[in-house]
Amino acid sequence: MLFALAVAALVLVPVVVTFSSFAQVERDILSHLIEFALPELVGNTLWLVLGVGLGVSVLGVSLAWLTAMCEFPGRRVFGWALLLPLALPAYVTAFVAIGLLDFTGPLQTWLRDGWGITGLPEIRSRGGVILVMSLALYPYVYLIAKNAFATQGAIALEAAQSLGLSRTQGFFRVALPMARPWIAAGLMLALMETLADFGTMAIFNYDTFTTAIYKAWYSLFSLAAAAQLASILILFVLVAVVFEQRSRTQMRYSTVGRSAAQRRIKLSPALAGLALLYAGTVLAVAFIIPVTQLILWTRDVMADDLDARYWAFAWHSVLLAGIGALMVVAVALLLAYAGRQRPGTAMMWTQRLATLGYAFPGAVLAVGLFIPVAALDNWLIDAGQAWFGFEGTEILKGTLLIMLLAYLVRFLAVGFGPIDSGLHRITRNVDEAAKNLGTGAAGLLARVHLPMLRASLLTAATFAFVDIMKEMPITLMTRPFGWDTLAVRVFEMTSEGEWERAALPALAIVIAGIIPIILLTWREARSLD
Amino acid sequence: MAELILDSVSQSYAERQIIADLTFTLPEGAIGCLLGPSGCGKTTALRCISGFEPIQSGEIRIGGEVVSRPGWMLAAEKRRVGMVFQDYALFPHLTVAKNVGFGLRNISKEVRQARIDELLQLVGLAAHTGQYPHQLSGGQQQRVALARALAPRPRLILMDEPFSNLDVELRERLSLEVRDILKREATTALIVTHDQHEAFSLADWVGVMHQGRIQQWDTPYNLYHEPANRFVADFVGQGALVTGEVINDHQVEIELGVLDGHIPVECDASGCDECVRNCRVDVLLRPDDIIHDDDSLLLAEVENKAFRGAEFLYTLKLPSGQRALSLVPSHHNHAIGERIGIRLAVDHVVAFRRE
Repeated sequence: MLFALAVAALVLVPVVVTFSSFAQVERDILSHLIEFALPELVGNTLWLVLGVGLGVSVLGVSLAWLTAMCEFPGRRVFGWALLLPLALPAYVTAFVAIGLLDFTGPLQTWLRDGWGITGLPEIRSRGGVILVMSLALYPYVYLIAKNAFATQGAIALEAAQSLGLSRTQGFFRVALPMARPWIAAGLMLALMETLADFGTMAIFNYDTFTTAIYKAWYSLFSLAAAAQLASILILFVLVAVVFEQRSRTQMRYSTVGRSAAQRRIKLSPALAGLALLYAGTVLAVAFIIPVTQLILWTRDVMADDLDARYWAFAWHSVLLAGIGALMVVAVALLLAYAGRQRPGTAMMWTQRLATLGYAFPGAVLAVGLFIPVAALDNWLIDAGQAWFGFEGTEILKGTLLIMLLAYLVRFLAVGFGPIDSGLHRITRNVDEAAKNLGTGAAGLLARVHLPMLRASLLTAATFAFVDIMKEMPITLMTRPFGWDTLAVRVFEMTSEGEWERAALPALAIVIAGIIPIILLTWREARSLD
Repeated sequence: MAELILDSVSQSYAERQIIADLTFTLPEGAIGCLLGPSGCGKTTALRCISGFEPIQSGEIRIGGEVVSRPGWMLAAEKRRVGMVFQDYALFPHLTVAKNVGFGLRNISKEVRQARIDELLQLVGLAAHTGQYPHQLSGGQQQRVALARALAPRPRLILMDEPFSNLDVELRERLSLEVRDILKREATTALIVTHDQHEAFSLADWVGVMHQGRIQQWDTPYNLYHEPANRFVADFVGQGALVTGEVINDHQVEIELGVLDGHIPVECDASGCDECVRNCRVDVLLRPDDIIHDDDSLLLAEVENKAFRGAEFLYTLKLPSGQRALSLVPSHHNHAIGERIGIRLAVDHVVAFRRE
């Protein structure tokens, strides 16, 4: 219980720190913020949330319905392939889109030179950001809505038809409302990612809170301003969290009757063709074209860029992701065990709080954890000077501590989910059976729990590893000198507009990102057996 | 293989008495059964014996050794008590053979393997040693669980609702099989169930439990024919109570006639005579106590009937309006509302004083 409380406290630290920043106001910076920056930031953020929310809902729900409930050529392949965009961090889709569609990009050049067509809508715009974010984040809605439709869609539809509704009416009046909690939960996850996104916004030069925090940090050198901005962003995020948690409690699986498998709607050839075209276009635009472009660019620059420096970036990424994933798995395992030892409402809330970090944007965590660690550092330095004659300016600040703590807070939920559900599958009777057969506590762990949890631990580690590899703002803002990673390299190259040279590190991240999707589909396929 | 004794064991949880004053002796090598409706405390009793729940009073002894007393209990892993769980609790990551061998430690490889083979042979799963639990049917998983519990030669085997996850047909066959296996291993076993057919086909001794107490600890035959109280009479077997009046210590009169036999009506110490004589009692009539006889002058109206294949179970309305049950061969097919002749054939008179 103490341990669980400590982890939960770690999550609260950034919240408390950022809000307490209002205690020491730097008057001129704050008034500048309120007067010039805030209206634009809030407006931009609201537009973004609205647009992306609409985009991911439409894309996610329609694709989920098609692949779960309708029969058309290629349905099985699309079922998992439509998840692939999850492997592309939004910032990768973003720079590829700009590289392709910009005024100087190949498409516009071709249209202009070959056909004399100009005046294509500018990609570096609000619409462009929304489009890119929607394409990158729709899988959150798609995955969870597909699950809902597959488990209860067919029954809902048949019930509706037996009451005299047409299929279309049945979809809008029964199936869709029934799946609402699932769709809402997926939507909120997508919106949290939208609010947390830094890389895409930086590439598009679209000012939101995350980019503003970064600028306050690096350009204004004002920690207080960064923290104040972070606290406002937290307010946005909390709204999403409340909605998400509420939807989750409303999710009730009822798997009555047969699965939808035998009862899919057979589409007429014309409709099937349209479905194929639609799903194919989304997949092409969201995954195939960007990845192809990445590969082409990579081929161009490989000879020059695949050098020792590149391998250093890759090594840093793998090392950090590895250490981070181990930390996440260890803490998640202890937290899950705490819940097993002492079940109860208090423990449940502590666990929920402790795993809430996934909702906090990386930029917020970077600020919220840097400030207290820096304070602790100053105190240590003072103490060291006074007692041991210590000469130096930083002890903890120069280490990986802040970065790893931030990773832990942000990605603990990713590891906790599979481990906790794995542990729940080991019933108390299994423990007691082992004890009846003469096994003590150590034997129970070594001979029963760890072997049974192996798959869950592996899943948790993989997910955490890949998420840390993709992570940009925390790494960018809190890395010690010399710890550049692949994601940092992508940021640096894209901020100079060198799309081709960002492709090589981006491709490595994408390849790593495909692993958990394979795991996810594989597990889903097995659970349907 | 040891005698199990519970000596006035009580256990309560959060101020609620779960089991109270539980006392019984299960002789070495015998199969016992705790029978009762859900929530009667039978599973808790099992968990006290296996060492997962402390007791607040009394004593539990296995083979003469005290294993639980208030404030102290021998750890479950040191009791040498095997347990078969309701959900089997097999280890999903181990094969059938490794599941069975799990509790066999600190012995040579050959002895271990020989014991595993022996048990798998005994439960009829010798062909499945390399399979994993999820590849087996429910009945097979159940037998693996039993073999796993038996492997370390425990002093006592406990089984919690062992057949509740199986379908009815399999249940009956398997319960006879389990009895056979337990007898061949000469294991003392205690089984918990809410199904009296299971209890009767498995056990040498059955304890009927209600509200945390043992109502009667007896052989299945005696439970049916000489129930100690109304609860046991009602819970075990079918039957109906009709009012009667005691004539003397071996005769009681009911509306269908006078029944002869020992009248086991307890009486108060004072005014014993008056109490027994003219005392109003309820007499238990089992369905096989009332026989259909077309020649009989005693008539009763068929109020309801249930077809059982070989026989009908008729619910009869006696002249006074009381109800009784009768089991009749199925070629006597009478319509509801018809009046049919009946006669009494009561071996054991069971009567309870009216309250």
